[in-house]
Amino acid sequence: MTEKTKIIQVDYLARVEGEGAMYVRIDDDKVTDVKLKIFEPPRFFEAFLRGRHHTEAPDITARICGICPVAYQMSAVHAIESISGVILPEYLRDLRRLLYCGEWISSHTLHMYMLHIPDFLGYAGAVEMAKDHGDIVRRGLELKKAGNAIMATLGGREVHPINVRVGGFYKLPNRAEMKTLGQTLRHARDLAQQTLDWIATLDFPDLERDYIFVALRHESEYPFNEGRVVSSQGLDIPVEEFPNHFEEIHVEHSTALQGRMKDGNAYFVGPMARFNLNYDRLPEPIQVAAKAGGLEHPVKNPFRSLLVRALETVYACDEALRIIDAFKKRDPFVEIPLVAGTGHAITEAPRGLLYHRYTIDDQGIIQDAVIIPPTSQNQPTIEEDLFDLVTQNLHLPDAELQHLCEQSIRNYDPCISCATHFLNIKVERNR
Amino acid sequence: MNETAIKAKIAVWKFASCDGCQLQLLDLEDELLALADAVHIAYFMEASRHFEPGPYDISIVEGSVTTPHDLEHIQDIRAQSGFLMTIGACATSGGIQALRNFADVDDFIRIVYAEPTFIKTLEKSTAISEHVHVDFELRGCPINKRQLLEVLTALVHGKTPTVPKHSVCIECKARGNSCVMVTRGAPCLGPVTQAGCNAICPAYDRACFGCYGPCETPNLPSLLEEWRHVGATEPEIERSVHTFNAWAPAFREIPKAQEEP
Repeated sequence: MTEKTKIIQVDYLARVEGEGAMYVRIDDDKVTDVKLKIFEPPRFFEAFLRGRHHTEAPDITARICGICPVAYQMSAVHAIESISGVILPEYLRDLRRLLYCGEWISSHTLHMYMLHIPDFLGYAGAVEMAKDHGDIVRRGLELKKAGNAIMATLGGREVHPINVRVGGFYKLPNRAEMKTLGQTLRHARDLAQQTLDWIATLDFPDLERDYIFVALRHESEYPFNEGRVVSSQGLDIPVEEFPNHFEEIHVEHSTALQGRMKDGNAYFVGPMARFNLNYDRLPEPIQVAAKAGGLEHPVKNPFRSLLVRALETVYACDEALRIIDAFKKRDPFVEIPLVAGTGHAITEAPRGLLYHRYTIDDQGIIQDAVIIPPTSQNQPTIEEDLFDLVTQNLHLPDAELQHLCEQSIRNYDPCISCATHFLNIKVERNR
Repeated sequence: MNETAIKAKIAVWKFASCDGCQLQLLDLEDELLALADAVHIAYFMEASRHFEPGPYDISIVEGSVTTPHDLEHIQDIRAQSGFLMTIGACATSGGIQALRNFADVDDFIRIVYAEPTFIKTLEKSTAISEHVHVDFELRGCPINKRQLLEVLTALVHGKTPTVPKHSVCIECKARGNSCVMVTRGAPCLGPVTQAGCNAICPAYDRACFGCYGPCETPNLPSLLEEWRHVGATEPEIERSVHTFNAWAPAFREIPKAQEEP
């Protein structure tokens, strides 16, 4: 193989989710090249954030992703608030977790039912699957709707919520709205448990690799907005040291920068990393549900991330209910004093850790912004998975091998357009 | 719709965007399966790996034109489509990524990428209607899924779709919100922004920030004079008007302060 790939190290990055393709080259029955190609056109968020007021960051960065806008809003507000050093009161902290629960439920359910499960059952998509499995698809839609109900009640709307601000929220829902939301979530909890039970009965393709898992870890909770960055190899650092240990590389075949550890290793972020590194932070009923669902710990088969998503959905329903039941109407936000400086934050997007860094001046204007989304971090791992998967399955006919590769890419729930734009898969065999 | 009726063949396309507007189709949790039954979804990569070649009766286009390839692709889509509708701020005005249109795109590339020569992009992010004839535009960042359902329902029944073109103020009054600009002096874009969101921001105690772009006959100079009276600075004004619909013709130029008589 001729090495055409040019590798350059960079610290700044751009979009990831969107249009991609995959290329596998096999010479003499050996895999010689695998590329996850992302050609989603760049949108230059970090560039036009310069000169914007820091209070605009949550609304602007939400537009990076229509599937996980809350993740962008959460990383933005936490990074900016960290500059002032103000710690939000517990009830606002909880309400932010609640909003994130809504996004996890809706995003995970969208991925499970509409993007990934059709692969396991051999359908082109959920609409086609509904013709034979209407009840299953309807259950998924109802569960997704419950996640969206949280987003709509607390965030104002499902896509690009309008109610998140630096310091908290613009307005809190009233108790009657929260009570209705609680009823919705109690039913959703049952649907999530049924989802987990049912997914546990599916057949998962074989693949196990020694991954380096990276996730947030909090001293007492399953992580959403806070914690230290830990890895399965013993890394344990505060969020602001993230750039010292991880970097991004600009490769020619991708308009998304690729994340790697500074020693060159690929790493793995997302539900499986969170679960493996935070199992002891899950409440006991969720650990019991994991065991009942046949979910081993640690889990190393990326196809079984589907089970982890189902488990996290059950957890997110429980956590949402805890916060909803404790809700009392109080001030929607606290004032955050303007302080010039640089702030970092990492939160756990549905797809994995999402890093934001902002430098603001004494007028509150953003001088520099860095955003590292989960899918760019997972790109090298996705490529390594494909390499092993194709090597182990060379005997399969091309169409079957292609489908298995697509399914394997979807293990990472690369943002939706990625996940479903993999039709340009090309398997080249030279003998 | 009965089995013998010919179902409209629909395609959903993506250009530079966040996917949020396409997602509104999948967020129609209660109606999605009925909708999928009433039409023939022939190309929708976000939802299915099955696709059929054109021509298509209805093309739904998300995203803005930002690459040399996009320029050819949109012509191809237009040629294959009977009715072409665009959805969302990116497709109808160029989106947030059109902020590059006011700067030097090469500077933008250098800020984000280490190896600028790998990046192929146009100098400007533009609306689909700057390149091909568009039969209908549905506004919003994101679009409202109820409006999307109304438009598709009208099309499936052979009717001309229509959405209100008046300002957010009308929705705000209908919803019973108190005016954030009158009561608190908040610089609100509602008076010049097209309705469709149901005045969501004033209902959540914040000023409208213009997701739906300019309404019919917006009076931006007059609104900005009012903003200046309540203390908005010129940089604040520019940032407020130049967000998701910055390249919409009515929002592109920021009207200057009027001379005092």
